[in-house]
Amino acid sequence: MNPFTTEIQHIWNLDNYRTIFESGAYRTIALRTIGIAAAATIADALLAFPLAYFMARIAGGRSRTFLFVAVLLPLWSSYLIRVYIWRLILSHDGVLNWSLGKIGLPAANIGYSNWAVWLIFTYVWLPFMVLPVYGALERIPESYVEASRDLGARGFATFRRVVLPLALPGVVAGSIFTFSLTLGDYVTPLLAGGSSSQFIGNVVYDSVGISNNVPFAAAFAAIPLAVMGVYLLIARKLGAFEAM
Amino acid sequence: MERRGTRLALAAWTGLVILFLWFPLALIMVYAFNKSNVQSWPIPGFTTKWFRVAWSSPDVRSALWLSVRVALVATGAALALGSMAAFAVARFSFFGREAVSFLLVLPIALPGIVTGMALNSFFIAGHISVSMWTIVIGHATFCVVIVYNNVLARLRRSSTSLIEASHDLGADGWQTFRFVIWPVLSTALIAGGLLAFALSFDEVVVTFFTAGAQNTLPLLILGYIRLGQQLPVVNAIASAMILLTVIPVALAQRLMRDTGVLRRTAANVTEAVESAQVTAV
Repeated sequence: MNPFTTEIQHIWNLDNYRTIFESGAYRTIALRTIGIAAAATIADALLAFPLAYFMARIAGGRSRTFLFVAVLLPLWSSYLIRVYIWRLILSHDGVLNWSLGKIGLPAANIGYSNWAVWLIFTYVWLPFMVLPVYGALERIPESYVEASRDLGARGFATFRRVVLPLALPGVVAGSIFTFSLTLGDYVTPLLAGGSSSQFIGNVVYDSVGISNNVPFAAAFAAIPLAVMGVYLLIARKLGAFEAM
Repeated sequence: MERRGTRLALAAWTGLVILFLWFPLALIMVYAFNKSNVQSWPIPGFTTKWFRVAWSSPDVRSALWLSVRVALVATGAALALGSMAAFAVARFSFFGREAVSFLLVLPIALPGIVTGMALNSFFIAGHISVSMWTIVIGHATFCVVIVYNNVLARLRRSSTSLIEASHDLGADGWQTFRFVIWPVLSTALIAGGLLAFALSFDEVVVTFFTAGAQNTLPLLILGYIRLGQQLPVVNAIASAMILLTVIPVALAQRLMRDTGVLRRTAANVTEAVESAQVTAV
């Protein structure tokens, strides 16, 4: 990039990567993105596991179909709109603060912050976690559970030693979606984040849309690609691909 | 089986998570009828005025019209290209078949921002000015995958012996297509087309990088939200869009009785991730 004409010079070098690694600000943004992606993934796993367990092993045919539709239809309503609704809920005079006020709690001003970004990512990607976990749980043969009980294992021991290890690849498979979708996103931080909620996606978005520095954007976009590459390798080791 | 207490706890948890998923969607429907144009809770009164305002706004109309055209063209292109590619991959073995099938599913494994940026640099490098057609190209990248995967799955499940039997019984190529292949494929094509339409209609991440001055409906909404303008109109459009996208998907779900369209799309993503894995190693 020529600083004077702002025209892009086509020279092969690693300067763009160097800028990213040497600048503290960009490092913070990369770490924040990965950190929030991980936090949203964990929250999704915690929310989704009992739900998927109920769907796969307790609910009957009709209620299972109902739950299936109930979990997946929100995925198809506009993503942008779902982010926007949460902005309304979390805003200063939104539903959250109103309900907190009603039960006599102080207002939680988490609108436009990293908390909001984390909560919204957890919300929008939740169905992506439920699906593979459900799939993994559904495939566990009932006979394994019976065998475990016959061998004297109590309910919780069966869960911990039989069901959980068999369901884990499903959780890892779901985490691939939640993790990679968060890494590549810029709309949620843009709409619901605060001044210190910049994500990798936002830097890419600004570099292309405002400063027109496509080479730098490309270098920064290589980070999510590299992270996902490593993540997929680990996931394969854990057997997540068979679980999807 | 699980003890009664455990089952109740799980049921309660399930109910709460479903509530968490649906509560915001219900809430926007309420906000759409908000009498005031200040978006605070509780809303002071009800009105249906904003639906009228939204419908009569020229900006909203032109954005809606552009979105519909883009979605129709992208879906049409996806139906043609996706189903032909699926036929090629399912029925013939040729040099580079795995590579073709990998390249087809790649766009949904990549983060949207990467696809968008790649297309953007491509258009700049090729001196292609952005227009409705560049948006269509951007949308077609992922719409093709949806149709391709739906048709491919259907072709893999239907056996080739049906076609052979049809030939043995003296049907010519057209008759075989009309009476054997089409009845098997039609629901997969309709379901794939509906999904592609819904996805295209809703897309914002890739569209941003491939649209110029003109706005699709999601881009218009994004602009309104960022600037904090016209929020009551956004609420009204949002409610209408939730209903409009839920209906085609529910329809598609019906048409894909055996596997379920929603499960199918999850499988699409899975397949893409798998193929990405294959080349990464």
